[in-house]
Amino acid sequence: MGDVAVVGFAQAPNVRRTHGTTNGVEMLVPIFQELYAATGLTNRDISFWCSGSSDYLAGRAFSFISAIDAIGAFPPITESHVEMDAAWALYEAWVKIKLGEADTALVYGFGKSSAGDLRRVLAMQLDPYVAAPLWPDSVALAGLQARLGIESGRWSEREMAEVAARSRSDAMNNPHAQLSGHVDVDELLAAPYLADPLRMHDCAPITDGASAVILASAERARELCENPAWITGIEHRVDSPAIGTRDLLASASTTASARAAGGVDGVTAAELHAPFSHQQILLREAIGLNGQTTVNPSGGVLAGNPMFSAGLSRIGEAASRVMRGQDQKVLGHATSGPLLQQNLICVMEGRDS
Amino acid sequence: MENLSAPLDIAFDYTRSLGATLGPFMTALRSRHVIGVRGSDGTVHVPPVEYDPITAAALTDFVDVADTGTVLSWSWAPQPLEGQPLSTPFAWALVQLDGADTALLHAVDVGGDPGRVSTGMRVRARWAAQPLGRIQDIVCFEPAGDAPAAGAPAASADGAQVTMLTTPFSLSLTHSASPEESAYLRGLAEGKLLGQRCPVCEKVYIPPRGACPTDGVPTEEEVQLPDTGTVTTFCIVNVPFAGQRIKPPYVAAYVLLDGADIAFLHLILGCDAEEVRMGMRVRAVWKPAEEWGYTLENIRHFEPSGEPDAAYETYSHHL
Repeated sequence: MGDVAVVGFAQAPNVRRTHGTTNGVEMLVPIFQELYAATGLTNRDISFWCSGSSDYLAGRAFSFISAIDAIGAFPPITESHVEMDAAWALYEAWVKIKLGEADTALVYGFGKSSAGDLRRVLAMQLDPYVAAPLWPDSVALAGLQARLGIESGRWSEREMAEVAARSRSDAMNNPHAQLSGHVDVDELLAAPYLADPLRMHDCAPITDGASAVILASAERARELCENPAWITGIEHRVDSPAIGTRDLLASASTTASARAAGGVDGVTAAELHAPFSHQQILLREAIGLNGQTTVNPSGGVLAGNPMFSAGLSRIGEAASRVMRGQDQKVLGHATSGPLLQQNLICVMEGRDS
Repeated sequence: MENLSAPLDIAFDYTRSLGATLGPFMTALRSRHVIGVRGSDGTVHVPPVEYDPITAAALTDFVDVADTGTVLSWSWAPQPLEGQPLSTPFAWALVQLDGADTALLHAVDVGGDPGRVSTGMRVRARWAAQPLGRIQDIVCFEPAGDAPAAGAPAASADGAQVTMLTTPFSLSLTHSASPEESAYLRGLAEGKLLGQRCPVCEKVYIPPRGACPTDGVPTEEEVQLPDTGTVTTFCIVNVPFAGQRIKPPYVAAYVLLDGADIAFLHLILGCDAEEVRMGMRVRAVWKPAEEWGYTLENIRHFEPSGEPDAAYETYSHHL
């Protein structure tokens, strides 16, 4: 089976609120146009489409169908959808190209988190028998995990604030970021708790947004991109939905995915999908990243967290560094589900032509 | 002009069957008892897991555990959200019940004072006055030192096994119309039928779309359409159903307005259902103008216009 590479990435501005629809068309049309312009492809040239989004976020059944208007789906197209972060749609597209059933794929994710109460919406992804009926919200759950780490000495509130401050300052180089700027760690720590032990800066902001990635087969990649980001390892794993059973201070699924994706030797930049500050520390350890790797140079999701495209954006941001010639080997990580339940690792490399 | 938006509240009941592991757990809760299930490595799981995390074997080796336990971790909920166990500030906690090896997620009531909750604290279940066989039969946990809540344990062990779980579900959202849809809805409020034309293929869509499904570009040019059209296809509704507003039989049809390239669904009334046919020419019957809103319901229905039928070739490519 042939190789597959990322040859294009585009994202909508990460913003607190858009005036658009929940079907994402307004955000998707411009980024598709951006990708066509960058690669020279048209919508007719894409052989497989795959998306990630959520009906719960839109409050409508089959809401992803309306988004297909952004594609121009006539004559009929080959299309698929995952009800989770679009990083998993990218995995599906990677399989499709590996199998020789497509030579190009456009993967996209979108979410209008501002339409509802995100913390309550996310409760719907919990165990429906013993957890979801209590409506535990995403911030409350993250707080349980954060406290376990704080009280066991794995991380401190200061280290969590340092992650947040670094995310904001790194995001100053990211024109799409929602939050950026220099912030003082002591000032962050002086803020009141949002949900003890979490402060506002520990939680990813609520964000509307969308992103898209183009994948291509070995035969097409070099025609479309000067420096394709070749996918040398991609894996995903899942942990138990029983939150009280898992070791919340580890992420077994992340560790297993990183190992199965070929390890992290030589990775110089990693984009981690960590919606809460402590989760970045946890993921760094679970993947086995050391000081040689720059983590979240884009600012990560603490600087903007468009649901269902934020994980895809991590892969796209990492790939862009290879496409721009900034790094030779990078890693993108995505998560989906409560408390890092599902994790995906994508390792990408540049090649000398 | 701003896009139109409106509240969208969705609610329904999820009804689930419980099976051989969760059924007995919920049945025990109804009797104010907690049971766990023993896994292949001896781990007592509370809440029970249906399949062993190591061997994947189905688990039904039940074990009685206490309704007292220890807080392993907690987070504070200063402003409880709709549907959560308490409406006053409380702590979420992972509670390991005495006799269990895993933790149950639930609420701890410490009278709104976060200073009274700590990791390692001992807690006891506060039971619902009328347990129904669901996780909310434990209202919350409370510090084990507090006086027992009135009317607690005295369990009633009779009654059939709990086999079903019904969980109400509700979300409140703000639904926004696109710029194209907003123009269309504003037009309806003025008694106008507004479509928009794709700048590439020149097809006219009503309602207008955020992007042309053929070309992927936003529709742009506004086109006012007449309220006359052709029935392209139809069905006769003979089946009564909940919420039905018209007595069957009646006709739901696709109406292709003159000048439009896409048909929409509406009612054909004003003639016998069996008279409706493909190609029939119809005209809108509007409600009185004072009843108009941002809705296609401003048109009460379509009725035959009396014109000769449209030739099949004029609408066949819209079928």
